[in-house]
Amino acid sequence: MEIVELISRILGASVVFATPLIFTALGGVFSERSGVINIGLEGLMIMGAFVAIVSNLAFHHVFGAATPVMSLIIAMVVSALFALFHAVASITFRADQVVSGVAINFLALGIGLFLTKQWYDKGQTDFIESPIYSSHVPLLNKIPIIGDLFFSGWYWTSYLAVVAAFIVWFVIYKTPFGLRLRSVGEHPMAADTNGINVYKMRYIGVMLSGALGGLGGAVYALTVTHNFSHGTIVGQGFISLAAVIFGKWHPLGALGAAIFFGFAQSLSIVSSDIVLLKNVPSVFMLIAPYVLTILALAGFIGKAEAPKSLGEAYVKGNR
Amino acid sequence: MFSNRIVNILIPIISVLLGLLFGAIIMLIFGYNPVTGFAALWNGAFGDSYFIGETVRQVTPYILSGLAVAFALRSGLLNIGVEGQVFMGWLASVWIGISLDLPMVLHLPLAILAAAVAGAFWGFIPGILKAKLGVHEVIVTIMMNYIALYLSNSIVRNLLTDGADRTENVAATASLQSSWLSEMTFYSRIHYGFIIALFMAFIMWFIINRTTTGFELRAVGFNQNASKYAGMNVSKNIILAMVISGSFAGLAGAMEGLGTFGFMSIKSGFTNIGFDGIAVALLGANTAVGVILAAFLFGVLKIGALNMPTEAGVPTELVEIIIALIIFFVASSYMIRWIILRFKKEGK
Repeated sequence: MEIVELISRILGASVVFATPLIFTALGGVFSERSGVINIGLEGLMIMGAFVAIVSNLAFHHVFGAATPVMSLIIAMVVSALFALFHAVASITFRADQVVSGVAINFLALGIGLFLTKQWYDKGQTDFIESPIYSSHVPLLNKIPIIGDLFFSGWYWTSYLAVVAAFIVWFVIYKTPFGLRLRSVGEHPMAADTNGINVYKMRYIGVMLSGALGGLGGAVYALTVTHNFSHGTIVGQGFISLAAVIFGKWHPLGALGAAIFFGFAQSLSIVSSDIVLLKNVPSVFMLIAPYVLTILALAGFIGKAEAPKSLGEAYVKGNR
Repeated sequence: MFSNRIVNILIPIISVLLGLLFGAIIMLIFGYNPVTGFAALWNGAFGDSYFIGETVRQVTPYILSGLAVAFALRSGLLNIGVEGQVFMGWLASVWIGISLDLPMVLHLPLAILAAAVAGAFWGFIPGILKAKLGVHEVIVTIMMNYIALYLSNSIVRNLLTDGADRTENVAATASLQSSWLSEMTFYSRIHYGFIIALFMAFIMWFIINRTTTGFELRAVGFNQNASKYAGMNVSKNIILAMVISGSFAGLAGAMEGLGTFGFMSIKSGFTNIGFDGIAVALLGANTAVGVILAAFLFGVLKIGALNMPTEAGVPTELVEIIIALIIFFVASSYMIRWIILRFKKEGK
């Protein structure tokens, strides 16, 4: 019984960290599949976290019990609009996509902290009153072992993340829209010749990455930090980007990679409970996820195939 | 009247002006007076000699981290790992600075060299992975940043001290600090590092523009296949670019370790010297002179911004927004170029 408890603790902690990464990585898949590099995932998460916290604080009297859901939706919409900066710069103005993504990161943090100072007159916001709480799934949590492992004490957003990954997989691989999205990322000229609007598809890809990145940041803020400050999102966006590449630009691959990163991050937290890992200095646990990523990239998928025209602006009529 | 060269110089200038203009608009929207705001920023950077000293202090690591990013970009590599390389350089310089007992002529150069080597090593790893296995340098350098952060924290806590949060100060023989510079500027933290930074900018210009190595590095940046066809060793050049880039970044760390602070402490997050270096390099168009000018501008903005809350009530973070917008405009130079050419046509 003890081992079940231990596994359920590790699993629980992994899932909490993995959930925001899954959403954001799925956003990254949309953007990169359409041919636009998105280093700005970090900034999109920051924007999502900020908007979710602010709307939660501002509207929890209005929305009551629906506040968490409403703040997630508002965060998604605002972040999708915020991603337009990246879209306009890198698609219409043919800016270097990496540079524009870096600017998104600076801009999101700048706007978030500026408005926090402006509205709350201090370095961080107040703590929200309607966070997302972990819960038990009725009935299913009564199943022995499986109930303890998968249906007790999780946040509902975690189930949503897994479902979202399958939906994204279906959209990208099984629908005409997904085919078009992938084709503009592989060979925009061929797609254009076939009557696909390359610019429109890329705008949609980037805005979807904004919505999902914002959702990831919002979920992190509402489940883990419960307020917004400069330390809310520190690198989760970059880890999500790594998950996109680690997962070979495939939604389910990204899902697996994000869960793996969540697991690696949780290890440093729960390792004190595990006899085997107790005597390992904590620094090894802290750097493990990053070292493992590098080893994995170098070993298994050194030659991951990125979408063919990733990073190239499409200029109509150019050969 | 508008040659290509002039347009290339105009773009960063127009971007900066647009960035400042949007900053003013944001101030107006939130009910601040832009004139007071920018006056506060100016006073915060140049108001008296203390502020000038602090500005120079801030510009020093920016020049070096900007050079690091710029050097890699000239070879077609995006080194997002400057941040981690700064950490390693900082750590190495302090390590040498506190643990050896040497005369200054040996101690200071050794500490600076150690920083360059540590940074170079941290750049070598993504370099060789890119060159030999084709692993994307952006991802590896991002990962290396985190490894550097946690590793250096652990070394400070467990190896350099006995569980303390910061090391002791580096020996006077390894310090870049200067009492007369500091006294001249009302005890600001200005140090001799800016001489090193300017010298390294010259080195970068020399390597890139005046040596065969620099020519090869640039060629690889333009077109790897053509370089290979011309008989250049592409993977050697990729590794070399990352190593040199890393050593610039390591030196930026030494500026903090031996100059500004004189010690290394536990860090809860990144210093942002490396990330700001990306902005510096982009605005400086990846040239040595451009990097110096851009580092100066960002140093002025960052230090000047600290004065904005007290003198004008404007939150410091406004400057982050301005910097982000400047990068956007530089990146979107296609748009600015198009507008300039429009004017050119109408002027005829």
